[in-house]
Amino acid sequence: MLKVKDLNVHYGKIHAIKGISFEVNEGEIVTLIGANGAGKTTILQTISGLLKPSEGMISFEGENLNKVPAHQIPVMGIAHVPEGRRIFAEMTVFENLQMGAYIRKDKDQIQEDMEKIFLNFPRLKERIKQIAGTLSGGEQQMLAMGRALMTRPKLILLDEPSMGLAPLLVDEIFNMIQTVNDAGTTVLLVEQNANKALHIANRAYVLETGYIKLSGNARDLLVNPEVQQAYLGG
Amino acid sequence: MDHNKKKAYLVNTIAVVVLYLVFFVLIQTKTMNNYFVGIAIMTCIMIIMAMSLNIVAGFLGEMALGHAGFMAIGAYASASFSMALIDSGLPLPHLVILILAMIVGGIVAGVFGFLIGTPTLRLRGDYLGIVTIGFSEIIRIFFINFGPTGGAAGLKGITRLVNFHNVYWVTIVIAFLIFTLGRSKQGRAIISIREDEIASEAAGIPTTRYKVLAFSLAAFFAGVGGALYAHYQSFLEPSKFGFMFSIEMFVIVVLGGLGSLTGSIISAIVLTVLPEMLRSFAEYRLLVYSLVLIIMMIFRPQGIFGRSEFSLTAFIESLIQRKNIKNSIGGGEAS
Repeated sequence: MLKVKDLNVHYGKIHAIKGISFEVNEGEIVTLIGANGAGKTTILQTISGLLKPSEGMISFEGENLNKVPAHQIPVMGIAHVPEGRRIFAEMTVFENLQMGAYIRKDKDQIQEDMEKIFLNFPRLKERIKQIAGTLSGGEQQMLAMGRALMTRPKLILLDEPSMGLAPLLVDEIFNMIQTVNDAGTTVLLVEQNANKALHIANRAYVLETGYIKLSGNARDLLVNPEVQQAYLGG
Repeated sequence: MDHNKKKAYLVNTIAVVVLYLVFFVLIQTKTMNNYFVGIAIMTCIMIIMAMSLNIVAGFLGEMALGHAGFMAIGAYASASFSMALIDSGLPLPHLVILILAMIVGGIVAGVFGFLIGTPTLRLRGDYLGIVTIGFSEIIRIFFINFGPTGGAAGLKGITRLVNFHNVYWVTIVIAFLIFTLGRSKQGRAIISIREDEIASEAAGIPTTRYKVLAFSLAAFFAGVGGALYAHYQSFLEPSKFGFMFSIEMFVIVVLGGLGSLTGSIISAIVLTVLPEMLRSFAEYRLLVYSLVLIIMMIFRPQGIFGRSEFSLTAFIESLIQRKNIKNSIGGGEAS
Protein backbone atom coordinates (compact mmCIF):
# COMPACT_ATOMS: atom_id res chain seq x y z
CA MET A 1 0.00 0.00 0.00
CA LEU A 2 2.60 2.54 1.14
CA LYS A 3 6.14 2.17 -0.15
CA VAL A 4 9.04 4.29 0.97
CA LYS A 5 12.28 3.85 -0.94
CA ASP A 6 15.73 5.29 -0.15
CA LEU A 7 14.21 8.25 1.61
CA ASN A 8 16.55 11.10 2.49
CA VAL A 9 15.40 14.24 4.26
CA HIS A 10 17.47 17.27 5.19
CA TYR A 11 16.73 20.14 7.54
CA GLY A 12 19.02 22.68 5.98
CA LYS A 13 22.42 21.04 6.34
CA ILE A 14 21.30 18.45 8.85
CA HIS A 15 20.82 15.03 7.31
CA ALA A 16 17.85 13.75 9.35
CA ILE A 17 16.79 10.68 7.36
CA LYS A 18 19.59 8.73 5.74
CA GLY A 19 18.22 6.39 3.12
CA ILE A 20 15.28 4.66 4.71
CA SER A 21 13.14 2.06 2.94
CA PHE A 22 10.05 0.39 4.34
CA GLU A 23 6.56 -0.54 3.39
CA VAL A 24 3.11 -0.83 4.89
CA ASN A 25 0.68 -3.41 3.54
CA GLU A 26 -3.06 -3.08 3.52
CA GLY A 27 -4.75 -3.94 6.81
CA GLU A 28 -1.57 -3.94 8.87
CA ILE A 29 -0.47 -2.03 11.91
CA VAL A 30 3.14 -1.11 11.34
CA THR A 31 5.11 0.74 13.96
CA LEU A 32 8.26 2.81 13.80
CA ILE A 33 9.99 2.86 17.17
CA GLY A 34 13.11 4.60 18.30
CA ALA A 35 14.51 7.18 20.66
CA ASN A 36 14.16 10.96 20.44
CA GLY A 37 15.77 12.35 17.34
CA ALA A 38 15.71 9.05 15.47
CA GLY A 39 13.61 10.66 12.73
CA LYS A 40 10.20 9.13 13.34
CA THR A 41 8.20 12.33 13.15
CA THR A 42 10.23 13.52 10.18
CA ILE A 43 9.25 10.42 8.25
CA LEU A 44 5.55 10.92 8.92
CA GLN A 45 5.73 14.58 8.02
CA THR A 46 7.46 13.73 4.78
CA ILE A 47 4.79 11.17 3.89
CA SER A 48 2.04 13.70 4.46
CA GLY A 49 3.82 16.34 2.38
CA LEU A 50 4.66 18.76 5.18
CA LEU A 51 8.36 18.20 4.47
CA LYS A 52 9.95 17.56 1.10
CA PRO A 53 12.41 14.68 0.66
CA SER A 54 15.81 15.52 -0.76
CA GLU A 55 16.08 12.08 -2.31
CA GLY A 56 14.09 8.91 -2.59
CA MET A 57 10.53 8.10 -3.36
CA ILE A 58 7.25 7.65 -1.49
CA SER A 59 4.39 5.91 -3.26
CA PHE A 60 0.88 5.16 -2.13
CA GLU A 61 -1.23 2.61 -3.99
CA GLY A 62 1.20 2.89 -6.90
CA GLU A 63 1.09 6.69 -7.08
CA ASN A 64 4.12 8.83 -6.47
CA LEU A 65 3.55 11.21 -3.54
CA ASN A 66 6.72 13.28 -3.90
CA LYS A 67 5.11 16.09 -5.85
CA VAL A 68 1.71 16.03 -4.14
CA PRO A 69 1.09 19.15 -2.00
CA ALA A 70 0.25 18.56 1.67
CA HIS A 71 -3.42 19.49 1.39
CA GLN A 72 -3.95 16.91 -1.37
CA ILE A 73 -2.57 14.03 0.70
CA PRO A 74 -5.81 13.49 2.68
CA VAL A 75 -7.71 13.42 -0.62
CA MET A 76 -5.59 10.41 -1.61
CA GLY A 77 -6.62 8.58 1.55
CA ILE A 78 -3.86 9.28 4.05
CA ALA A 79 -4.77 10.97 7.31
CA HIS A 80 -2.14 12.35 9.66
CA VAL A 81 -2.63 12.72 13.41
CA PRO A 82 0.23 15.08 14.18
CA GLU A 83 2.46 14.94 17.21
CA GLY A 84 1.07 16.91 20.14
CA ARG A 85 -2.49 16.45 18.86
CA ARG A 86 -2.84 19.93 17.37
CA ILE A 87 -6.58 20.16 17.66
CA PHE A 88 -8.33 23.47 16.83
CA ALA A 89 -8.36 24.67 20.42
CA GLU A 90 -10.94 27.41 20.18
CA MET A 91 -13.46 25.46 18.15
CA THR A 92 -15.96 23.03 19.62
CA VAL A 93 -15.55 19.26 19.42
CA PHE A 94 -18.23 19.18 16.75
CA GLU A 95 -16.52 21.87 14.67
CA ASN A 96 -13.21 20.05 14.93
CA LEU A 97 -14.77 16.93 13.49
CA GLN A 98 -16.44 19.00 10.79
CA MET A 99 -13.08 20.45 9.81
CA GLY A 100 -11.82 16.89 9.50
CA ALA A 101 -14.47 16.29 6.87
CA TYR A 102 -13.37 19.40 4.96
CA ILE A 103 -12.33 17.47 1.85
CA ARG A 104 -15.62 15.58 1.61
CA LYS A 105 -18.85 16.63 -0.02
CA ASP A 106 -21.13 13.68 0.86
CA LYS A 107 -23.16 15.29 3.64
CA ASP A 108 -25.24 12.27 4.72
CA GLN A 109 -22.24 10.03 5.03
CA ILE A 110 -20.33 12.65 6.99
CA GLN A 111 -23.12 12.51 9.55
CA GLU A 112 -22.97 8.73 9.52
CA ASP A 113 -19.20 8.71 10.04
CA MET A 114 -19.53 11.13 12.90
CA GLU A 115 -21.95 8.74 14.60
CA LYS A 116 -19.46 5.92 14.09
CA ILE A 117 -16.72 7.98 15.69
CA PHE A 118 -18.97 8.74 18.66
CA LEU A 119 -19.59 5.02 18.99
CA ASN A 120 -15.86 4.42 19.30
CA PHE A 121 -15.21 7.54 21.35
CA PRO A 122 -18.32 8.01 23.50
CA ARG A 123 -16.56 10.68 25.51
CA LEU A 124 -16.44 12.94 22.50
CA LYS A 125 -20.19 12.72 22.17
CA GLU A 126 -20.62 13.82 25.77
CA ARG A 127 -18.49 16.85 25.04
CA ILE A 128 -19.73 17.65 21.57
CA LYS A 129 -20.40 21.34 22.27
CA GLN A 130 -17.39 21.87 24.48
CA ILE A 131 -14.49 24.04 23.36
CA ALA A 132 -11.78 21.61 22.36
CA GLY A 133 -9.00 23.39 24.22
CA THR A 134 -10.74 22.62 27.51
CA LEU A 135 -10.65 18.84 26.97
CA SER A 136 -8.21 16.67 28.87
CA GLY A 137 -5.11 15.37 27.13
CA GLY A 138 -6.62 11.96 26.47
CA GLU A 139 -9.83 13.44 25.10
CA GLN A 140 -7.84 15.76 22.87
CA GLN A 141 -5.97 12.74 21.51
CA MET A 142 -9.28 11.02 20.82
CA LEU A 143 -10.51 14.16 19.09
CA ALA A 144 -7.38 14.36 16.96
CA MET A 145 -7.90 10.73 15.92
CA GLY A 146 -11.59 11.33 15.32
CA ARG A 147 -10.81 14.34 13.18
CA ALA A 148 -8.39 12.30 11.10
CA LEU A 149 -10.92 9.48 10.72
CA MET A 150 -13.45 11.97 9.37
CA THR A 151 -11.45 12.06 6.12
CA ARG A 152 -12.30 8.35 5.69
CA PRO A 153 -8.65 7.41 5.35
CA LYS A 154 -7.30 4.16 3.98
CA LEU A 155 -4.11 4.76 5.92
CA ILE A 156 -3.81 6.66 9.18
CA LEU A 157 -0.48 8.04 10.40
CA LEU A 158 -0.33 8.31 14.18
CA ASP A 159 2.46 10.36 15.70
CA GLU A 160 3.09 9.51 19.37
CA PRO A 161 -0.53 9.11 20.41
CA SER A 162 0.48 8.14 23.95
CA MET A 163 2.61 11.22 24.55
CA GLY A 164 1.94 12.86 27.91
CA LEU A 165 -0.98 10.64 28.85
CA ALA A 166 -1.65 8.78 32.08
CA PRO A 167 -1.01 4.99 31.90
CA LEU A 168 -4.70 4.10 32.02
CA LEU A 169 -5.44 6.43 29.14
CA VAL A 170 -2.53 5.04 27.18
CA ASP A 171 -4.18 1.63 27.34
CA GLU A 172 -7.44 3.15 26.20
CA ILE A 173 -5.83 4.91 23.25
CA PHE A 174 -4.06 1.72 22.17
CA ASN A 175 -7.34 -0.18 22.35
CA MET A 176 -8.84 2.42 20.08
CA ILE A 177 -6.02 2.10 17.60
CA GLN A 178 -6.77 -1.62 17.52
CA THR A 179 -10.47 -0.89 16.96
CA VAL A 180 -9.72 1.51 14.13
CA ASN A 181 -7.53 -1.12 12.53
CA ASP A 182 -10.15 -3.84 12.96
CA ALA A 183 -12.60 -1.60 11.13
CA GLY A 184 -10.30 -1.79 8.10
CA THR A 185 -7.99 1.21 8.33
CA THR A 186 -4.30 0.56 7.88
CA VAL A 187 -2.17 2.10 10.62
CA LEU A 188 1.34 3.48 10.60
CA LEU A 189 2.20 4.17 14.23
CA VAL A 190 5.15 6.11 15.53
CA GLU A 191 5.83 5.54 19.21
CA GLN A 192 8.34 5.94 21.97
CA ASN A 193 6.38 3.53 24.08
CA ALA A 194 7.94 0.58 22.27
CA ASN A 195 6.45 -2.04 24.52
CA LYS A 196 2.84 -1.01 23.87
CA ALA A 197 3.44 -0.39 20.19
CA LEU A 198 5.03 -3.81 19.63
CA HIS A 199 2.13 -5.48 21.38
CA ILE A 200 -0.49 -4.24 18.92
CA ALA A 201 1.61 -4.03 15.75
CA ASN A 202 2.06 -6.69 13.08
CA ARG A 203 5.44 -5.50 11.98
CA ALA A 204 7.95 -2.98 13.27
CA TYR A 205 10.98 -0.99 12.21
CA VAL A 206 13.52 0.15 14.75
CA LEU A 207 15.02 3.54 13.90
CA GLU A 208 18.28 4.97 15.08
CA THR A 209 19.46 8.47 14.14
CA GLY A 210 18.13 8.45 10.63
CA TYR A 211 18.43 4.84 9.51
CA ILE A 212 16.68 1.55 10.11
CA LYS A 213 18.57 -0.59 12.55
CA LEU A 214 16.26 -3.57 12.78
CA SER A 215 13.02 -4.68 11.27
CA GLY A 216 10.73 -7.62 11.43
CA ASN A 217 7.73 -9.20 13.00
CA ALA A 218 6.57 -7.24 16.03
CA ARG A 219 6.42 -10.36 18.16
CA ASP A 220 9.96 -11.36 17.28
CA LEU A 221 11.25 -7.90 18.05
CA LEU A 222 9.54 -7.97 21.40
CA VAL A 223 11.82 -10.81 22.48
CA ASN A 224 14.87 -9.61 20.59
CA PRO A 225 17.60 -9.03 23.22
CA GLU A 226 18.95 -5.96 21.45
CA VAL A 227 15.52 -4.32 21.36
CA GLN A 228 14.79 -5.37 24.90
CA GLN A 229 17.92 -3.79 26.19
CA ALA A 230 17.66 -0.54 24.24
CA TYR A 231 13.92 0.19 24.23
CA LEU A 232 12.11 -2.08 26.63
CA GLY A 233 14.22 -1.40 29.67
CA GLY A 234 15.66 -4.78 30.26
CA MET B 1 -31.40 24.22 15.30
CA ASP B 2 -33.15 25.43 12.14
CA HIS B 3 -35.99 26.92 14.11
CA ASN B 4 -33.56 28.87 16.27
CA LYS B 5 -31.79 30.14 13.17
CA LYS B 6 -35.06 31.44 11.73
CA LYS B 7 -35.88 33.09 15.00
CA ALA B 8 -32.45 34.71 15.14
CA TYR B 9 -32.86 36.05 11.61
CA LEU B 10 -36.26 37.45 12.46
CA VAL B 11 -35.14 39.10 15.68
CA ASN B 12 -32.07 40.62 14.06
CA THR B 13 -34.03 41.89 11.08
CA ILE B 14 -36.55 43.55 13.38
CA ALA B 15 -33.75 45.10 15.44
CA VAL B 16 -32.05 46.46 12.32
CA VAL B 17 -35.27 47.97 10.97
CA VAL B 18 -36.27 49.46 14.34
CA LEU B 19 -32.83 51.02 14.75
CA TYR B 20 -33.13 52.49 11.27
CA LEU B 21 -36.59 53.90 12.02
CA VAL B 22 -35.30 55.52 15.17
CA PHE B 23 -32.55 57.27 13.22
CA PHE B 24 -35.00 58.09 10.45
CA VAL B 25 -37.35 59.84 12.83
CA LEU B 26 -34.51 61.61 14.61
CA ILE B 27 -33.14 62.91 11.33
CA GLN B 28 -36.53 63.90 9.87
CA THR B 29 -37.53 65.81 12.97
CA LYS B 30 -34.11 67.48 13.01
CA THR B 31 -33.52 66.25 16.54
CA MET B 32 -30.24 65.02 15.14
CA ASN B 33 -28.44 67.92 13.48
CA ASN B 34 -25.97 67.60 10.63
CA TYR B 35 -23.07 67.30 13.02
CA PHE B 36 -24.50 64.20 14.65
CA VAL B 37 -25.56 62.71 11.32
CA GLY B 38 -21.98 63.20 10.19
CA ILE B 39 -20.71 61.28 13.22
CA ALA B 40 -23.23 58.51 12.51
CA ILE B 41 -22.02 58.22 8.91
CA MET B 42 -18.36 58.10 9.97
CA THR B 43 -19.29 55.47 12.56
CA CYS B 44 -20.86 53.28 9.87
CA ILE B 45 -17.74 53.62 7.71
CA MET B 46 -15.52 52.73 10.67
CA ILE B 47 -17.72 49.70 11.39
CA ILE B 48 -17.13 48.49 7.84
CA MET B 49 -13.38 49.09 8.18
CA ALA B 50 -13.19 47.30 11.52
CA MET B 51 -15.21 44.28 10.38
CA SER B 52 -13.16 43.92 7.22
CA LEU B 53 -9.91 44.16 9.18
CA ASN B 54 -11.31 41.52 11.52
CA ILE B 55 -11.30 39.01 8.64
CA VAL B 56 -7.50 39.13 8.59
CA ALA B 57 -6.70 40.10 12.18
CA GLY B 58 -9.42 38.04 13.86
CA PHE B 59 -10.40 35.11 11.65
CA LEU B 60 -7.01 34.51 10.08
CA GLY B 61 -5.14 35.76 13.13
CA GLU B 62 -2.51 37.76 11.26
CA MET B 63 -1.21 41.17 12.08
CA ALA B 64 -2.27 43.52 9.29
CA LEU B 65 -1.27 47.12 9.90
CA GLY B 66 -1.86 48.57 6.45
CA HIS B 67 -5.62 48.65 6.23
CA ALA B 68 -5.66 52.39 5.53
CA GLY B 69 -3.72 51.68 2.34
CA PHE B 70 -6.49 49.50 0.94
CA MET B 71 -9.03 52.07 2.02
CA ALA B 72 -7.09 54.76 0.15
CA ILE B 73 -6.99 52.65 -3.01
CA GLY B 74 -10.73 52.08 -2.82
CA ALA B 75 -11.40 55.74 -2.12
CA TYR B 76 -9.30 57.09 -4.97
CA ALA B 77 -10.37 54.43 -7.48
CA SER B 78 -14.07 54.89 -6.77
CA ALA B 79 -13.81 58.68 -6.74
CA SER B 80 -12.01 58.76 -10.09
CA PHE B 81 -14.61 56.37 -11.46
CA SER B 82 -17.65 58.31 -10.27
CA MET B 83 -16.18 61.62 -11.46
CA ALA B 84 -15.58 60.17 -14.90
CA LEU B 85 -19.05 58.63 -14.94
CA ILE B 86 -20.77 61.88 -14.00
CA ASP B 87 -18.64 63.83 -16.51
CA SER B 88 -19.71 61.44 -19.25
CA GLY B 89 -23.23 62.74 -18.75
CA LEU B 90 -25.01 59.41 -18.49
CA PRO B 91 -28.33 60.04 -16.73
CA LEU B 92 -27.86 57.55 -13.90
CA PRO B 93 -29.52 57.93 -10.51
CA HIS B 94 -27.14 58.77 -7.71
CA LEU B 95 -27.68 55.49 -5.91
CA VAL B 96 -26.63 53.50 -8.98
CA ILE B 97 -23.50 55.60 -9.37
CA LEU B 98 -22.67 55.04 -5.69
CA ILE B 99 -23.16 51.29 -5.94
CA LEU B 100 -21.02 51.08 -9.07
CA ALA B 101 -18.36 53.24 -7.42
CA MET B 102 -18.33 50.98 -4.36
CA ILE B 103 -17.94 47.91 -6.52
CA VAL B 104 -15.10 49.52 -8.48
CA GLY B 105 -13.38 50.68 -5.28
CA GLY B 106 -13.81 47.24 -3.71
CA ILE B 107 -12.51 45.33 -6.70
CA VAL B 108 -9.47 47.54 -7.26
CA ALA B 109 -8.56 47.30 -3.56
CA GLY B 110 -9.25 43.54 -3.62
CA VAL B 111 -6.92 43.07 -6.59
CA PHE B 112 -4.20 44.93 -4.72
CA GLY B 113 -4.90 42.80 -1.67
CA PHE B 114 -4.39 39.73 -3.82
CA LEU B 115 -1.18 41.08 -5.35
CA ILE B 116 0.27 42.08 -1.98
CA GLY B 117 -1.02 39.01 -0.17
CA THR B 118 0.30 36.35 -2.51
CA PRO B 119 4.02 36.96 -1.93
CA THR B 120 3.84 38.26 1.65
CA LEU B 121 1.57 35.80 3.41
CA ARG B 122 4.46 33.38 3.80
CA LEU B 123 5.54 35.79 6.51
CA ARG B 124 3.92 35.61 9.90
CA GLY B 125 3.25 37.83 12.88
CA ASP B 126 5.39 40.93 13.30
CA TYR B 127 7.12 40.38 9.95
CA LEU B 128 3.81 40.54 8.11
CA GLY B 129 2.90 43.58 10.21
CA ILE B 130 6.00 45.44 9.03
CA VAL B 131 5.40 44.50 5.38
CA THR B 132 1.83 45.77 5.52
CA ILE B 133 2.98 49.05 7.11
CA GLY B 134 5.51 49.43 4.31
CA PHE B 135 2.86 48.76 1.71
CA SER B 136 0.39 51.29 3.02
CA GLU B 137 3.13 53.93 3.22
CA ILE B 138 3.95 53.27 -0.43
CA ILE B 139 0.30 53.83 -1.31
CA ARG B 140 0.18 57.08 0.62
CA ILE B 141 3.37 58.41 -0.93
CA PHE B 142 2.18 57.35 -4.36
CA PHE B 143 -0.98 59.43 -4.00
CA ILE B 144 0.99 62.39 -2.67
CA ASN B 145 3.02 62.41 -5.87
CA PHE B 146 0.41 61.28 -8.35
CA GLY B 147 -0.78 64.33 -10.32
CA PRO B 148 -4.02 63.04 -11.90
CA THR B 149 -5.66 62.54 -8.49
CA GLY B 150 -4.57 65.89 -7.15
CA GLY B 151 -1.32 64.89 -5.46
CA ALA B 152 -0.59 66.31 -2.04
CA ALA B 153 -3.25 69.02 -2.47
CA GLY B 154 -5.92 66.33 -2.53
CA LEU B 155 -8.72 65.29 -4.85
CA LYS B 156 -11.54 67.84 -5.01
CA GLY B 157 -14.95 67.85 -6.61
CA ILE B 158 -16.19 64.38 -5.75
CA THR B 159 -19.98 64.36 -5.85
CA ARG B 160 -21.40 63.73 -2.41
CA LEU B 161 -23.51 60.61 -2.87
CA VAL B 162 -23.46 59.22 0.63
CA ASN B 163 -26.12 60.05 3.18
CA PHE B 164 -27.04 58.29 6.38
CA HIS B 165 -29.77 56.20 4.78
CA ASN B 166 -27.65 54.49 2.15
CA VAL B 167 -24.54 54.12 4.32
CA TYR B 168 -26.66 52.45 7.01
CA TRP B 169 -27.99 49.80 4.68
CA VAL B 170 -24.62 49.22 3.04
CA THR B 171 -23.18 48.63 6.50
CA ILE B 172 -25.96 46.15 7.28
CA VAL B 173 -25.39 44.27 4.02
CA ILE B 174 -21.63 44.09 4.59
CA ALA B 175 -22.14 42.98 8.19
CA PHE B 176 -24.44 40.23 6.97
CA LEU B 177 -21.93 39.13 4.33
CA ILE B 178 -19.01 38.99 6.76
CA PHE B 179 -21.10 37.17 9.39
CA THR B 180 -22.11 34.63 6.76
CA LEU B 181 -18.48 34.26 5.71
CA GLY B 182 -17.49 33.53 9.31
CA ARG B 183 -19.98 30.68 9.52
CA SER B 184 -19.38 29.24 6.06
CA LYS B 185 -17.08 26.38 5.20
CA GLN B 186 -14.58 28.90 3.81
CA GLY B 187 -14.74 30.98 6.98
CA ARG B 188 -14.18 27.93 9.16
CA ALA B 189 -11.20 26.98 7.02
CA ILE B 190 -9.73 30.46 7.56
CA ILE B 191 -10.32 30.21 11.32
CA SER B 192 -8.75 26.75 11.45
CA ILE B 193 -5.55 28.22 9.95
CA ARG B 194 -5.42 30.63 12.89
CA GLU B 195 -5.92 27.72 15.28
CA ASP B 196 -3.29 25.43 13.80
CA GLU B 197 -1.76 25.74 10.37
CA ILE B 198 -0.17 22.29 10.25
CA ALA B 199 -3.34 20.55 11.40
CA SER B 200 -5.33 22.47 8.80
CA GLU B 201 -2.97 21.41 6.07
CA ALA B 202 -3.19 17.82 7.33
CA ALA B 203 -6.99 18.03 7.17
CA GLY B 204 -6.73 18.90 3.49
CA ILE B 205 -7.24 22.67 3.70
CA PRO B 206 -5.20 24.56 1.09
CA THR B 207 -3.84 27.06 3.59
CA THR B 208 -2.08 29.42 1.18
CA ARG B 209 -5.19 29.80 -0.95
CA TYR B 210 -7.36 30.63 2.06
CA LYS B 211 -4.87 33.11 3.46
CA VAL B 212 -4.84 34.98 0.17
CA LEU B 213 -8.64 34.77 0.02
CA ALA B 214 -8.98 36.27 3.51
CA PHE B 215 -6.52 39.02 2.69
CA SER B 216 -8.22 39.88 -0.62
CA LEU B 217 -11.70 39.89 0.93
CA ALA B 218 -10.54 42.17 3.72
CA ALA B 219 -9.01 44.49 1.12
CA PHE B 220 -12.21 44.37 -0.94
CA PHE B 221 -14.42 45.49 1.94
CA ALA B 222 -11.83 48.08 2.95
CA GLY B 223 -12.08 49.39 -0.62
CA VAL B 224 -15.86 49.63 -0.27
CA GLY B 225 -15.38 51.51 3.00
CA GLY B 226 -12.94 53.82 1.21
CA ALA B 227 -15.50 54.44 -1.55
CA LEU B 228 -18.11 55.44 1.02
CA TYR B 229 -15.60 57.71 2.72
CA ALA B 230 -14.70 59.41 -0.56
CA HIS B 231 -18.32 60.04 -1.51
CA TYR B 232 -19.15 61.32 1.93
CA GLN B 233 -16.23 63.71 2.40
CA SER B 234 -16.25 64.69 -1.30
CA PHE B 235 -12.59 65.52 -0.80
CA LEU B 236 -9.63 63.17 -0.42
CA GLU B 237 -6.15 63.94 0.82
CA PRO B 238 -3.41 61.34 1.05
CA SER B 239 -2.30 62.36 4.54
CA LYS B 240 -5.57 61.00 5.99
CA PHE B 241 -4.52 57.45 5.09
CA GLY B 242 -1.36 57.42 7.17
CA PHE B 243 0.00 54.82 9.52
CA MET B 244 -1.94 56.18 12.49
CA PHE B 245 -5.23 55.57 10.75
CA SER B 246 -4.32 51.88 10.23
CA ILE B 247 -3.38 51.65 13.89
CA GLU B 248 -6.68 53.26 14.87
CA MET B 249 -8.57 50.54 13.00
CA PHE B 250 -6.39 47.84 14.52
CA VAL B 251 -7.09 49.25 17.99
CA ILE B 252 -10.84 49.08 17.30
CA VAL B 253 -10.59 45.42 16.32
CA VAL B 254 -8.42 44.44 19.29
CA LEU B 255 -10.64 46.34 21.70
CA GLY B 256 -13.78 44.70 20.36
CA GLY B 257 -12.18 41.28 20.51
CA LEU B 258 -10.15 39.62 17.76
CA GLY B 259 -12.53 37.41 15.81
CA SER B 260 -15.70 38.93 17.25
CA LEU B 261 -17.64 40.92 14.63
CA THR B 262 -20.19 42.23 17.11
CA GLY B 263 -17.24 43.32 19.22
CA SER B 264 -15.84 45.23 16.23
CA ILE B 265 -19.18 46.95 15.71
CA ILE B 266 -19.56 48.04 19.33
CA SER B 267 -15.97 49.12 19.61
CA ALA B 268 -16.11 51.06 16.31
CA ILE B 269 -19.13 52.93 17.64
CA VAL B 270 -17.50 53.68 20.98
CA LEU B 271 -14.13 54.72 19.56
CA THR B 272 -15.65 56.94 16.88
CA VAL B 273 -18.24 58.60 19.08
CA LEU B 274 -16.09 58.93 22.21
CA PRO B 275 -13.46 61.33 20.77
CA GLU B 276 -16.29 63.48 19.39
CA MET B 277 -18.15 63.55 22.71
CA LEU B 278 -14.94 64.54 24.44
CA ARG B 279 -14.47 67.59 22.25
CA SER B 280 -15.48 69.91 25.10
CA PHE B 281 -12.43 68.71 27.02
CA ALA B 282 -10.34 70.08 24.17
CA GLU B 283 -6.74 68.97 24.50
CA TYR B 284 -7.48 66.44 27.23
CA ARG B 285 -9.64 64.30 24.99
CA LEU B 286 -6.82 62.30 23.44
CA LEU B 287 -5.53 61.70 26.93
CA VAL B 288 -8.88 60.29 28.03
CA TYR B 289 -9.11 58.22 24.87
CA SER B 290 -5.69 56.71 25.50
CA LEU B 291 -6.52 56.08 29.15
CA VAL B 292 -9.66 54.18 28.14
CA LEU B 293 -7.51 51.97 25.93
CA ILE B 294 -4.99 51.29 28.69
CA ILE B 295 -7.63 50.51 31.30
CA MET B 296 -9.45 48.26 28.84
CA MET B 297 -6.32 46.27 28.03
CA ILE B 298 -5.46 45.83 31.70
CA PHE B 299 -8.88 44.63 32.80
CA ARG B 300 -10.11 42.91 29.67
CA PRO B 301 -7.19 42.05 27.40
CA GLN B 302 -9.29 39.75 25.23
CA GLY B 303 -11.44 42.67 24.12
CA ILE B 304 -15.09 43.40 24.80
CA PHE B 305 -16.42 40.08 23.60
CA GLY B 306 -13.27 37.99 23.35
CA ARG B 307 -13.79 35.63 20.44
CA SER B 308 -17.50 35.11 20.99
CA GLU B 309 -20.36 36.99 19.38
CA PHE B 310 -23.09 38.96 21.08
CA SER B 311 -26.39 37.34 20.21
CA LEU B 312 -29.53 39.40 20.43
CA THR B 313 -31.84 36.38 20.70
CA ALA B 314 -29.83 34.91 23.54
CA PHE B 315 -29.78 38.31 25.24
CA ILE B 316 -33.55 38.67 25.00
CA GLU B 317 -34.07 35.16 26.28
CA SER B 318 -31.85 35.80 29.25
CA LEU B 319 -33.82 38.97 29.98
CA ILE B 320 -37.09 37.10 29.83
CA GLN B 321 -35.91 34.32 32.03
CA ARG B 322 -34.22 36.79 34.35
CA LYS B 323 -31.53 34.32 35.02
CA ASN B 324 -28.84 35.28 37.44
CA ILE B 325 -26.21 33.76 35.28
CA LYS B 326 -25.83 36.11 32.40
CA ASN B 327 -22.49 34.83 31.27
CA SER B 328 -23.76 32.12 28.98
CA ILE B 329 -21.58 31.83 25.92
CA GLY B 330 -23.97 33.49 23.48
CA GLY B 331 -25.06 36.52 25.42
CA GLY B 332 -22.06 36.99 27.64
CA GLU B 333 -21.26 40.38 29.11
CA ALA B 334 -24.23 41.96 27.46
CA SER B 335 -25.61 44.00 30.30
